[in-house]
Amino acid sequence: MSDAPAPHTRRGPLAKLADFFDDRTGYRAVVHEALYERVPGGARWRYVWGSSLVFAFITQMVTGLVLWSSYSASAQTAWESVYFIQHEMAGGWLVRGIHHVMAQAMVVLLALHLMQVVIDGAYRAPREVNFWLGLILMQLVLGMALTGYLLPWDQKGYWATRVATNLAGLVPLIGPSLQQLVVGGPDYGHHTLTRFFALHAGFLPGTLIAFLVVHLTLFRKHGLCAKQPITKPDCMFWPDQVLKDVVAMLAVLAVVLGVILLPAVRAMVEGRPIDPGELGAELGAPADPSQPYAAARPEWYFLFLFQFLKVFEGWGADGEFLGAIVVPGAVLGAMFLMPLIGRWKLGHRFNVLFTVAILVGAGLLTAMALREDYAAVWADREAYAHVEQLIEETGNDPEKIAAALGNDDTRIAEFRAEARELEAIRRSEAFFAAVEQAEADAHRAVELAGRPERIPPGGALELIRTDPLSQGPKLFAQHCSSCHAHVDPAAPEAAELLAASSAANLYRFGSAAWARGLLDPEQVAGPAYFGNTAHAEDDMVSYVTDDMSDRDSWSEEQIEAVAVALAAEAAVVGDESLDPAIVEQGRALMADEERCGSCHHAGDNETENGYAPDLAGWAGREWLIGIITNPNHERFYPETNDRMPSFGVAEEGGVPALSETQIGLIADWLRGEWYRGE
Amino acid sequence: MADPAPVPPPADARRSFLTKLMAMVGGGLATLTPVAAGVWMTLDPLRRKSSAASFLPITKLESVPDDGLPRQFPVIADRNDAWTGFAAEPIGAVYLRREQGSDTIEAVSATCPHAGCFIELDKRDRCFRCPCHNSVFTLDGGIVSPSPSPRTMDSLECEVRDGRVAVKWENYYSGIAEKVARP
Repeated sequence: MSDAPAPHTRRGPLAKLADFFDDRTGYRAVVHEALYERVPGGARWRYVWGSSLVFAFITQMVTGLVLWSSYSASAQTAWESVYFIQHEMAGGWLVRGIHHVMAQAMVVLLALHLMQVVIDGAYRAPREVNFWLGLILMQLVLGMALTGYLLPWDQKGYWATRVATNLAGLVPLIGPSLQQLVVGGPDYGHHTLTRFFALHAGFLPGTLIAFLVVHLTLFRKHGLCAKQPITKPDCMFWPDQVLKDVVAMLAVLAVVLGVILLPAVRAMVEGRPIDPGELGAELGAPADPSQPYAAARPEWYFLFLFQFLKVFEGWGADGEFLGAIVVPGAVLGAMFLMPLIGRWKLGHRFNVLFTVAILVGAGLLTAMALREDYAAVWADREAYAHVEQLIEETGNDPEKIAAALGNDDTRIAEFRAEARELEAIRRSEAFFAAVEQAEADAHRAVELAGRPERIPPGGALELIRTDPLSQGPKLFAQHCSSCHAHVDPAAPEAAELLAASSAANLYRFGSAAWARGLLDPEQVAGPAYFGNTAHAEDDMVSYVTDDMSDRDSWSEEQIEAVAVALAAEAAVVGDESLDPAIVEQGRALMADEERCGSCHHAGDNETENGYAPDLAGWAGREWLIGIITNPNHERFYPETNDRMPSFGVAEEGGVPALSETQIGLIADWLRGEWYRGE
Repeated sequence: MADPAPVPPPADARRSFLTKLMAMVGGGLATLTPVAAGVWMTLDPLRRKSSAASFLPITKLESVPDDGLPRQFPVIADRNDAWTGFAAEPIGAVYLRREQGSDTIEAVSATCPHAGCFIELDKRDRCFRCPCHNSVFTLDGGIVSPSPSPRTMDSLECEVRDGRVAVKWENYYSGIAEKVARP
């Protein structure tokens, strides 16, 4: 505007442009309508929840769209693309973190908004329809939370979703079909992901936007339901209430960012590098239908429903139907009836009490679920030692337990109560073990995915299924550990484990340390070597105990040279710096037909295989695969094999106990050959 | 701009009923066609059948010790996931159990009949436990009351022929009292 007052105000070009659009659209009136809403009794903090929810939803749309542009929904690409977002893309951890934490904030804001609406009686005429719309919006938000949990296709989301979709199958009549439609077929896979993604990013938010527009329009039509009694003068929505709303939004954002960045602050305080894996949203190990996940829990805001199912213990099929369908449905139904109940004289009080009871109940159930899972943290395990001992001694046989307690009913009842408490502690311990295992698996999956070779086309699961460090211990436990121990001899539990084993300890098998023990007269007949096997009295044991302890025939230096030469044959990880001169000396002693070579084939000696295991390439990858495949082969124990099965040999028409890949994984794991991060 | 002077609405034509009817039918057809096509495709999963409902080889008889304690074995089969085919993949797990001196095997599915979690064996207490909602089962799969589970563990048909164990692998609906196989 010019300084000189003019009788005919000249309008600048911008104002003219604005006039042009206002003439054709009437936008000024719309903006005015939106901002200059009367707020009876002035701006208040209690009115901020609705605006905060809109803000949270817009945040989810922005971050969700960005995540969408980098996400790929299929069983072989979902985890992989989320890994890439979280660990490799610039700002990926931040966007994913905001989306994940804001979703949780939204659930909290929903509860607060609902509480405020009910307490202020904002559901009463003429706002009933808007209250119902709000309840529908709440379910849409919860639906998005539920469907979003699966999308990273990690173990946690996969197993939690299996439970959730199984519960959908309980809906009367249409349940099984409904479940199959949601899952996208009879089994979980590509189409479960594509459907959940379509629900999460398309159908649910689209529906939500439509309902939200009507919700806000009706809110404006009826005006704000002011807190009574009105004591202060009215104000306008803009700017007084907007300022309060903005402060609330910033507070929500600050909490969300705080949750995301807290681990970074902790890392900085501890002086260690910040790992993007600990910022924002967690990413578990890739979903594996064949790998049970004992720590499967829903997101915390659904824990109360999870716990609620346990309440119906002993109700049979009715219990699950009640807990998963009837009671939650009835509660929701009662909430829909609130506007009608509110007409009754005491109706409003009832509605407030009902809402408080539901929220407190959900809070208590959540606390119970957490208390059960974390019971081991504060339990005094020692106090139950006698219970554990009695169960062990009696094999948990009720009659024997009763007899041990002198058939005294009081003592039996007392014991039973304690046994139940112990069981709860052990369940919690199992939960912790499962969580720890899950974290280790997740960490390993991320480490493998970050290799220079990248993830193979078959997906990250293939990466884990071919990783000796992940699979070795599991395969060993399943196929080898009933005879062989795998324990550091220096570990406190070693003695007990070795005594229980019936074959050699394979911890660091092939290393110089292992070979030294084998050639040690004190150890060769012990439980870590041949002590618990049929070879305990064989020539090898007597040769080591008699001949090798005789310093005239074997000097200590010579024995050490053989141990080092054996380790050189094996060449396991960790034994890279063996002295070549000593190896050479040991190889000569090994091949010497007056010494080891009298029984063993080694180097270029002429001893034939058959009597004693081949020392050429001893404990090397090929040697190990050979003996696991078929210990009766002439290179190993054709005559004297002591109970070791041929894991790689198929009987006629059958399949071998272990595949070639699996045997290779066990061999690599025993030899310490697996990918190690930088 | 000032609002233009109100123009009187045109007089209702005589044949307006037919016009309205045609507009509604035409509009309905136009919008319902893509909806119907969409519903048709959305219902596709209902006609998909589970790939496995046959006898599958599990292990050798001698791999199941005759001590009455169940052992867990993976169920390996070819599996299709929509367009991807997996050869010899673990599709589930069974517990096999053999009484002392017996040549017959009892097989139960490791999937919990309550909500589908993976049941674990507690060797110490000689029972099965589900880590999700704490259902407990006896070694032969029976219910230990009180239990959230509506039925016993799902037993599977088991054949021992020439020293090899095969199990008829099926998935069952969870959360109901009857054992009903999924199609």
